[in-house]
Amino acid sequence: MRLRRSLLLCAAALLPLLAGAQGIAQEDLLRTTSEPGIRGGKLVIAQRSEPRTLNPVVAIDQNALGINARLQADLIHINRATQKTEPALAKSWTISKDGTVFTLKLRRGLRFSDGQPFDADDVLFSFQMYLDEKVHSSQRDLLIISGKPTKVEKLDLYTVRFTFPSPYSAAERVFDGLAILPRHLLEKDYQEGKIGQAWTLNTPPAQIAGLGAFRLKQVVPGDRVVLERNPYYWKVDSKGQRLPYLDELTFIVVPTQDAQVIRFQAGDSQIISSLSADNYASLEAEQKTRHFKMYDVGPGLEYNFLMFNLNSDTEGRLPEVARKQKWFRDVRFRQAVSAAIDRASIVRLVYRNRAAALATHVSPGNKAWFNSNVPVPARSLPHARELLKASGFSWKGDNTLIDSTGQPVEFTILVGSSNTQRGQIATLVQDDLKAVGISAHVVPMEIRSATDRVLNTHDYDAIVMGLVSGDADPTPDMNVLISNGQTHLWHLGEKAPATPWEAELDQLMQKQLGAMNYQQRKKIYDRVQEILAQELPMIYLASPNILVGAQENLGNFHPAIIEQYTFWNAEELFWHPPAGKQ
Amino acid sequence: MNRQSSLNHSDSSLHSGFHTKFRLTWAIWFLLIIHAVVVLAGFVAPYSFETQEREHPYAPPTRVHFVDCTGTFHFRPFVYVTKSAENAIYQYQPDCSQRAGIEFFSQGDSYTILGIFSSTRHLFGVQAPANLFLMGADGFGRDQFSRLLYGGQVSLFAGFVAAAFSAITGLLLGGIAGMYGGRLDDAAMRFAEVFITIPWFYLLIAVRAFLPLQISPVVAFLLVVSVIGIVGWSRPARLVRGVILSARERNFVLAAKGFGASNAYLLRRHLIPLTFSVLLTQMAVLIPQFILAEVILSFLGLGIGEPFPSWGNMLAQAQQYHVLVSYWWMLLPGLAPVPVFLAYHSLAETLQERIKSNI
Repeated sequence: MRLRRSLLLCAAALLPLLAGAQGIAQEDLLRTTSEPGIRGGKLVIAQRSEPRTLNPVVAIDQNALGINARLQADLIHINRATQKTEPALAKSWTISKDGTVFTLKLRRGLRFSDGQPFDADDVLFSFQMYLDEKVHSSQRDLLIISGKPTKVEKLDLYTVRFTFPSPYSAAERVFDGLAILPRHLLEKDYQEGKIGQAWTLNTPPAQIAGLGAFRLKQVVPGDRVVLERNPYYWKVDSKGQRLPYLDELTFIVVPTQDAQVIRFQAGDSQIISSLSADNYASLEAEQKTRHFKMYDVGPGLEYNFLMFNLNSDTEGRLPEVARKQKWFRDVRFRQAVSAAIDRASIVRLVYRNRAAALATHVSPGNKAWFNSNVPVPARSLPHARELLKASGFSWKGDNTLIDSTGQPVEFTILVGSSNTQRGQIATLVQDDLKAVGISAHVVPMEIRSATDRVLNTHDYDAIVMGLVSGDADPTPDMNVLISNGQTHLWHLGEKAPATPWEAELDQLMQKQLGAMNYQQRKKIYDRVQEILAQELPMIYLASPNILVGAQENLGNFHPAIIEQYTFWNAEELFWHPPAGKQ
Repeated sequence: MNRQSSLNHSDSSLHSGFHTKFRLTWAIWFLLIIHAVVVLAGFVAPYSFETQEREHPYAPPTRVHFVDCTGTFHFRPFVYVTKSAENAIYQYQPDCSQRAGIEFFSQGDSYTILGIFSSTRHLFGVQAPANLFLMGADGFGRDQFSRLLYGGQVSLFAGFVAAAFSAITGLLLGGIAGMYGGRLDDAAMRFAEVFITIPWFYLLIAVRAFLPLQISPVVAFLLVVSVIGIVGWSRPARLVRGVILSARERNFVLAAKGFGASNAYLLRRHLIPLTFSVLLTQMAVLIPQFILAEVILSFLGLGIGEPFPSWGNMLAQAQQYHVLVSYWWMLLPGLAPVPVFLAYHSLAETLQERIKSNI
C-alpha cells in the first residue's frame, strides 16, 4: 500500500517535468551572446515611486514602464547597447518593397509565465486593445499614421501581418515596448470595457502573466514590488542555460535621489541610476572601499532648455503675457538670449563637466542622428547686444534693456522646484541675462503646477524644463516638433503652422517618416536641426550624461543611454561569486 | 545667626542683580551690534550677494595668512590667489606666486544702505584675481559671508517686524477685550482662538498661490512677515487682556474712574503702560520664534527667492546629500541664528526676572 502510494507520488512529481521537457523540445528559443552567468541571487533596485499600474496598455509612468518591461515582452526589441532592433517574440520578419507591409514570424512553443501557450491570437488581441480608441492607450499614437490605423492580420497560428497606411521608416522600432499580453487573462476585462482597471497593484499575482523574464511575486503598497524568475522565459545563453539568472528582482520605493544614494551606499539596493553629477562625484570617491563601480555612459537623450511662451490664445485673456510675447516672438530676441547664455558654465557648474552643451534637441550621445555641423552657440554679449539693437531694443543709463515703447524687459522663468539642476540652470541664466540688461525672475514651482501652466493655462513667460526622447530615432520627437503635436510645447493647439519655418518642420518630419533609407532620413533630420538652431523655439542648453553605478560583482551590467539605463537586460544580469570562492 | 543669614541673602541678591544686569547689557549690546552689521551689510560684506565667481564654485573658506610660502612674516594679512587643482573639479590650490593683501575701505561691488546711501567702498576686500571667501563659496561661487550678512536683513527683520505687528495687534485687541469685557471680550478671544488654530504653513501656500508669479523681494518679505504676524498676535492679545483685567480693579484705576475718567483715557493713561513690560518680554520671546518661522519658510522655498539670500534659503542648499557631506561651510547659515536666539532668550529671561522683582 505504502509502495503504491510512493510510486503515485513520484509519477505526480515527474509529470510537470516531463511536460516541461516536451515543451522545451518544441520551443523556439533565442540564444544570447552575452557572457554566460550563474543562476541564483537577488537584485534590488530603487525607484522614485511605486508604479501606478501593472497594466501595460494604460501605463505611462517610468516606474511602471520599467517593471512592465521585465514582466512582458515585445515582438521586435531595441537593443539598448547597440541602439539597433533585434528579434524578440518575432523570430524574423520581411518588409514589402514599398515599406508598408511587415510580415512577422513568431517563435513557436512559447508559454506565458502562467504556463499557457502563446500564439498569433495573443498578438492580434494585444494590438486590438492598443488601437481601440476607447482604451486610451498611449501606444495608439504610434500605430496611427496620418490619421489612419495600422491593420493587423493573422496569417496562421505563428504568422502576423502589419499593414501601415503609408511607408513608415521607424516601423521596426515601434514594436519595442508594445507588450504582447495574454488573451486568456484579459479578454473578459476588455470585452466588458474594464481593461483600464485591470492589473492594478491590488490584483493577485497569479492573475498577472506575461512573456517577460520575470513574473510578479508580491506587491507591498508604497514599499516594494517583488518579481520572481519566469521559468518559461524564451531566452538561453550560449551554454544553453535558460535565462534569467536572478531568482528575484525587487523594486523598492525611495522617493529622493539623496536617499537612494544612502540606500545604495548601505547596500540596500545594488544598482543606482539617473545620478546627479554631484552625487556621482560623492560615490565615485568611495567606489573602491565600498565595492561598487560607477559608470559615466556619456550624454543621454535628455535635453534641458529655456522656452518662451509662444501660444496664441493669451491675447485678451492674459494681457501681461501677451505684451511680453511681442518680444518672445521676435527670433532676434530669442537668438540674443541664446547668445547671452553661458552654456559652458552650465555644463561646468551644474553638471561638473558631465554633460554636453546643446545647439538643438539632439544630443551628441545620439550618434546616428546628431548633426555635428550645427555649432553650439558660444557666449557672446556683443553679438547679443547687436541682435537686440537690430530688433529695436535699447538700454537706459543703468543698463536696463527697454523695448521700442520704453518698457523694461522683465519676465519670469518658471522652474520645477524638485529638480535641483534645473533650478541651478535658471539661476545661471538669470545672471547671464542681467549682463544684457534683461531682468529675469526665477520662480520655483511644484512641477505639476508648472506643467499645468505650460500645457493648459499658458499663464507663464518662460520656463526651464527638460524632455527625454524615448528613442534615438527621430520619430518619437514628432510630437514635439510638428505643429499639431501633443507636446508642441512652445505653441500648443496650432491648427495650422504659425510660421513658415514651422510649416517646413512639419513637411520635413513627415518626409523623414516615409523615407526608407537612413542616408535620406539623416539628410532631412540634419535640416530639421539646422532650422531649430536658427529659429530657437526652445533655447537648448545642456544634455546631462547618464551616470549610474552598480555593485562591482554584478555580471553583464552594460548601462545604456536609452531607458531603462541600468536594468534593460535584467535577464542577463548575474552575480559573480565573491573572490576566493570561484 | 539671623544677621548672618540676612547678609548672605543680600550678597546673593547683589550677585544675582549684577548677573542679571550683565546678561541684559550683554544681550542688548550683542543684538544692537548684530543688527547694525546686518543693516550695513553692503559696507561690511566684501561682495554683493549676487556676485558669481564662476571659476570658484564651492571654494572653501579662504585662508588669511601672515606668513608666506617662503616663511617670511608680513604685518599686513594677505591671501593667495587660488586655482582649480588639475584633474579635480571643485578642489583648489593656492598659488604662492600670487599674493593679495587685504585692503581696508577697498573698492568693490556697488550697494545701497537703507535705500538712501549708495557706495562702492567696502570695509575690507582683496583685489582680483584673488578672492576673499571668509565662509567659503556656494555652488555658483558666491561669497557665503556676504550672503549671510545680506540674508540677515531678511531673516532678522522679518522676525522683528512680524513680532512688532503681533504685539501691536495683540495690544489693541487684548486691551479692548480686557477693558470692556462682556460680549466684546468673548468675541475678541474666540477670534484669537480661531487664529491660533490656523495652520500658517498652508495659509502661506494659499496666499502665495493667489499672488502673481512675479513678486518683488519686498512683496515676498511683506507676505512672509504679515502671515507670520497675523497668525502670531493671539498669544500677546490674551496676555494683555489678562493684565488689563486684573489692573482695572486696582485702586488707582478705580479712583481715576471715580473722578470721571473715560475708558479710552484709562486705557491710554493707566492700563496700557502696565502691559509694556509683559509685551516687551513677549517680543523677546516671539522674535526668535518668528525668525525661525522665516528660516523654515525660506528653507522650503516659500520665502524670498533667488538670487536674494535669507538664512533659510541659503541653508536649503544643504538639503542635497553631496553638499552635506562635502562642503561643511554650507551649513554655517544654520548656525547663524544660534547666538541671536541665545541673546533674545537671555533678554527675555532678564526682563521676566525684572518684572517679577517689580511685582
